Amino acid sequence: MNLLSIEGLGISFGGIKAVNNVSFGVKPGEIVSVIGPNGAGKTTLFNMISGVYLPGAGKVILNGEDVTAMSPHLLARRGMCRTFQNLQVFQSMTVLENTIAGYHLQESGSVLADILNLPSSRRRAKAAEAGARDLLRRVGLERAAEREAGSLSYGSLKRLEIARAMALNPKVLLLDEPAAGCNAVETEEIDHLIAEIAASGVAILLVEHDMKLVMRISNHIVVLDHGEKIAEGDPASVSQNPAVIAAYLGAENAAG
Amino acid sequence: MRLTPKSATLLALVVLIALAPVFFPSGFYYRVGALIFVNALAVTGIVILTGWAGQISLGHAGFAGIGAYACALAPVHWGIHPALAILLGAAISAVLAWLVGRPILRLKGYYLAVASLGMGILISMVLNNERWLTRGPDGIDVPELGLRDVLKDAGLSLTNGQFWYFLCGIVLVIGAWLALNLHDSATGRALRALHGSEVAARTVGMDVARLKLQAFVISAVYASVSGSLLALQNKFITPDVAGFMHSVEMVTMAVLGGVGSVAGAIFGAAVLTLLPQVLTVFAEYEQLVLGLVMVLVMIFLREGVVPSILRKIRGSGE
Repeated sequence: MNLLSIEGLGISFGGIKAVNNVSFGVKPGEIVSVIGPNGAGKTTLFNMISGVYLPGAGKVILNGEDVTAMSPHLLARRGMCRTFQNLQVFQSMTVLENTIAGYHLQESGSVLADILNLPSSRRRAKAAEAGARDLLRRVGLERAAEREAGSLSYGSLKRLEIARAMALNPKVLLLDEPAAGCNAVETEEIDHLIAEIAASGVAILLVEHDMKLVMRISNHIVVLDHGEKIAEGDPASVSQNPAVIAAYLGAENAAG
Repeated sequence: MRLTPKSATLLALVVLIALAPVFFPSGFYYRVGALIFVNALAVTGIVILTGWAGQISLGHAGFAGIGAYACALAPVHWGIHPALAILLGAAISAVLAWLVGRPILRLKGYYLAVASLGMGILISMVLNNERWLTRGPDGIDVPELGLRDVLKDAGLSLTNGQFWYFLCGIVLVIGAWLALNLHDSATGRALRALHGSEVAARTVGMDVARLKLQAFVISAVYASVSGSLLALQNKFITPDVAGFMHSVEMVTMAVLGGVGSVAGAIFGAAVLTLLPQVLTVFAEYEQLVLGLVMVLVMIFLREGVVPSILRKIRGSGE
């Protein structure tokens, strides 16, 4: 049973079909990667699934419910969370506060209780902080907890974003190029982290350029080219697929 | 034991308010102090709205006007006690802020600045033109709060200046305490988060429009109570309290002191309230000086005076 189902999703920008009729599913504990050459429509697809863009056609089904074009904060309530290719952290807040922000849905209560600093508000904040410190330990950022997020290295920020997403305790996690701009060591750390999250039963959808990472950790790969799905399957079969090779190397090379 | 920033700010504030009268050359300075506290209260609301939630209001004086005229009108027309009139004004301001903010804050961008500007001008026009109710631009008398007499009967005899100094001081400490509570709570963190990245705030489940609306309503209540206290201590109020210049003054005070910090807001309010009292010549060029202060702070101390200094101190300490 798929936790996340993409059914015939499509969108056009100014008459050009950026994504056309793409369908696939992600099961709990599974890592599905979307790959394809630059401009294939991967991030556009991601933005449609996560409610940033309004799809022109098709449906997004989350846990049996139609969540097409639902606002991101409502998707978060239903257990879907994402990270961003171009990093979206709260720069002027500390690393700890950034992670606590991920607990917003569990932590937030009435504003009045917050203003009056009532015991209920303090209890919620304390629980969120304890959870956040635990997560920072898991992603290896516990020593940076009190630092301003803006002062962290690129690789650390990537891990911070994943920690913040994990704080939501999501059922489905969308990772947009989690290893982009990271060095080999950082990539390996993120690799372990993703595998660990999947092992806990989270359905993971991944867009990634680093082919070695994709081949290593994916259960299933969906290949896009010019907005269309040209192949899908396990890493071994996809890497042998002539259409995929052609898309990556260029049609002429494949023919010759 | 190390003090948290919250208790350090509150402690410093209480000590300053309690000890400052020792240095007063004359009773007149109690009045200046009370004015500072009243302005600082409104500016604390601006810190919540602008410093944390990143929204700009150019009509907050309108809420001060509602608070002030609630205290002038409600006791006379409906026989409500002036102390309850403060709450009534705050409630009206909160409802109005909700009505204005709800449609506007669903939009992305600085629409609130324009909408609140229009709202402020409208309130100011009503106060100026509805003479049958407000007596127009000449102003209107405001009834006694009556609390000073109660204290006198209880054996605590204060001059009018002392009474308002300490009452406004206490209200400011409470206002600062509530704001600092908010800062470290889930709501305050969410406000600061959406200021940093709205996209990311939505992704972690924050209802951005609702949070901004909450900040706008809370800051309106601060402005309203500030207007009420101003009217009650002057026992007289004119529509100027709701004027555009007063709105700009609030924002300037916040920006000068440091719009992200409650301590900064109080500092900014103190400086810009004191200047015209100390340098009478300042009064004539008030608008010029306000503008100049804004420009200089934006160029040299982008975060405001207090956060910039704190950063310097922490920086050299490490």
